[in-house]
Amino acid sequence: MIYKVISKGEFKAFIDALVQNNSSFGPRKVDTGSNGKPIYQFMPVKSVDEIEFDYTVTHSSAKHFFLPYRDELSHFNFSDGNWEQEIRYEAPPIILIGLRPCDINAVNILDDVMLHGAYPSPYYLARRKNNFIIGMDHLPLPDCFCHSMNRHTVNHGFNLFCSDIGDSYYLSINSSKAFNFLKEFKIEEPTYEDNCSLIERRKNIKNSFETKIEVSGLPCFLDIEFDSPIWQKWGDKCLSCGSCAMVCPTCYCYSVEERFDVDLKGSTRQNHLYSCNLVDFAQVTGGHNFRPKTGDRLKYRYYHHYRGFAANDNQQICVGCNRCGRACLADINPKDVINDLRLERESCMICVLPSPDKT
Amino acid sequence: MNHLGFEMEKVKIGSFDFTCCEGCQLQLANKESTLPDFLALLDIRNFREISSERLDDYDIALVEGSITRPDEIERLKAIRGKAKVLIAFGTCACFGGVNSLKNRIPQEEAIREVYDNKAVETMPSMKISDIVQVDYSIPGCPVSKDEVEQILVGIVTRSQVSLPTYPVCVDCKQQLNTCLFDLGELCLGPITRAGCNAVCTTGKTACLGCRGPAEELNMPAFLELIKEKGLSLEDLHEKLAFYNAFEPLATDET
Repeated sequence: MIYKVISKGEFKAFIDALVQNNSSFGPRKVDTGSNGKPIYQFMPVKSVDEIEFDYTVTHSSAKHFFLPYRDELSHFNFSDGNWEQEIRYEAPPIILIGLRPCDINAVNILDDVMLHGAYPSPYYLARRKNNFIIGMDHLPLPDCFCHSMNRHTVNHGFNLFCSDIGDSYYLSINSSKAFNFLKEFKIEEPTYEDNCSLIERRKNIKNSFETKIEVSGLPCFLDIEFDSPIWQKWGDKCLSCGSCAMVCPTCYCYSVEERFDVDLKGSTRQNHLYSCNLVDFAQVTGGHNFRPKTGDRLKYRYYHHYRGFAANDNQQICVGCNRCGRACLADINPKDVINDLRLERESCMICVLPSPDKT
Repeated sequence: MNHLGFEMEKVKIGSFDFTCCEGCQLQLANKESTLPDFLALLDIRNFREISSERLDDYDIALVEGSITRPDEIERLKAIRGKAKVLIAFGTCACFGGVNSLKNRIPQEEAIREVYDNKAVETMPSMKISDIVQVDYSIPGCPVSKDEVEQILVGIVTRSQVSLPTYPVCVDCKQQLNTCLFDLGELCLGPITRAGCNAVCTTGKTACLGCRGPAEELNMPAFLELIKEKGLSLEDLHEKLAFYNAFEPLATDET
């Protein structure tokens, strides 16, 4: 990693040069909510003036740049009673600007799932190799809990990361491509004061978190609470609308759909991002549904995020962005569900025994 | 037609309208890019919007509109008698549709309002399945041509035919739309069957539920949401009743 400092004015000139010449996406204000607050999304940008560098959070994550909501996996051509399969891994290069540490950590988690398993996805790889990510830090919102998930800082998975230190950005340069681009602009070695400002900024971010979730030991806790009535309680609130999974930066479950071309001379196989909360997620051929109950489906989403990967891969795939919590119309969010689950057991007075003394 | 080495015959199809605007049938002649291929699948026997032929032998009957007159019942039964497969085509056929708004007021009042007391034979609007057995339903106001293509191709190739079970929110989120509840509106997206590509909400118009309820919908939770957001239950009642696609709310809830 190379560290440099750039004035905010020069940084804008740098970004403008990038977005003028490349297909780029950055945070833009798309609406004003009925509460008067702006609503942001990662949208196409053609000039630096369109980018809201001081945005709070985007409603949807940056996941769909790597895992499109719908993706054609292959096309089949029929001819003379035979068929041929045509597969393309095409991903035009894109620049993503303004991703938060939690967003970049989410992409790193997707890398683990999509690239480092037994069956790496060539579709994902094509998109992941062909992008340039510029990260930016921010002060947490009241409901951000990435600190609890230890995802409030990020060390890799980006080309360039910018920390706001007042009139300048403190740059962490993580690729030769980024370094070569920046050579054309006025960047400076960090001074002693710049380093102090960076440490101060990080401290400030770390101390600004208002929402905390206790996740230590959670996989074991979830195992024990498999039959807890809590799941039905939260399930009764759930609309099974799938919004949580759609906005989540790490939910990657999908369904595969096949359809004929209308001329019957071919067909396509499509990948469609799905949600484990949707009613037919666990329905199999013959019509049997393994998870007909809303509470069960909700439970398994929490198990996937907080248990499965922690048990198998030593990490939880939730990054603590709380996009699911904000998108949920029924007001279901990880903080309340997990706290409820812990509280139920930790405040149980039926069979309290003193824990053994220290030996 | 030859498909994977199997000779396939064009399906004989008839398209019929009852009480409706005929907008759904018009969709059949839409989507020009695939229209020639789509028509090539079909042997059109009876379809007044695009052909003057009136033939009585067809395998598939697309039935648009709701039933609001006694003579329509007889005509519908005759179509059912001839068709091997009957498809309720569009929201009016599937649920009664906008025409059902008149079911909420006395018939005489409706006739006076619309026809100025001219003698008109009419009765409360009924959906097609109230009268005859329906094999497939394609909801929508109007239907999505893309979905119609998928379903007819499915029938022609004898492959699986299904509608999405989940609500519009999935499609809407995939369009990166701002949730209309965040803009203070009451939207039926969370309880309405997807498949429309969230076309209304993408245009910032609240969903009115033309595709009918999603499967296993959680109405108590949806009501809770409306109350929590301080939205009008009267507005909810209006929207649920608009296409007659949802069960009326219990009176103590409105």
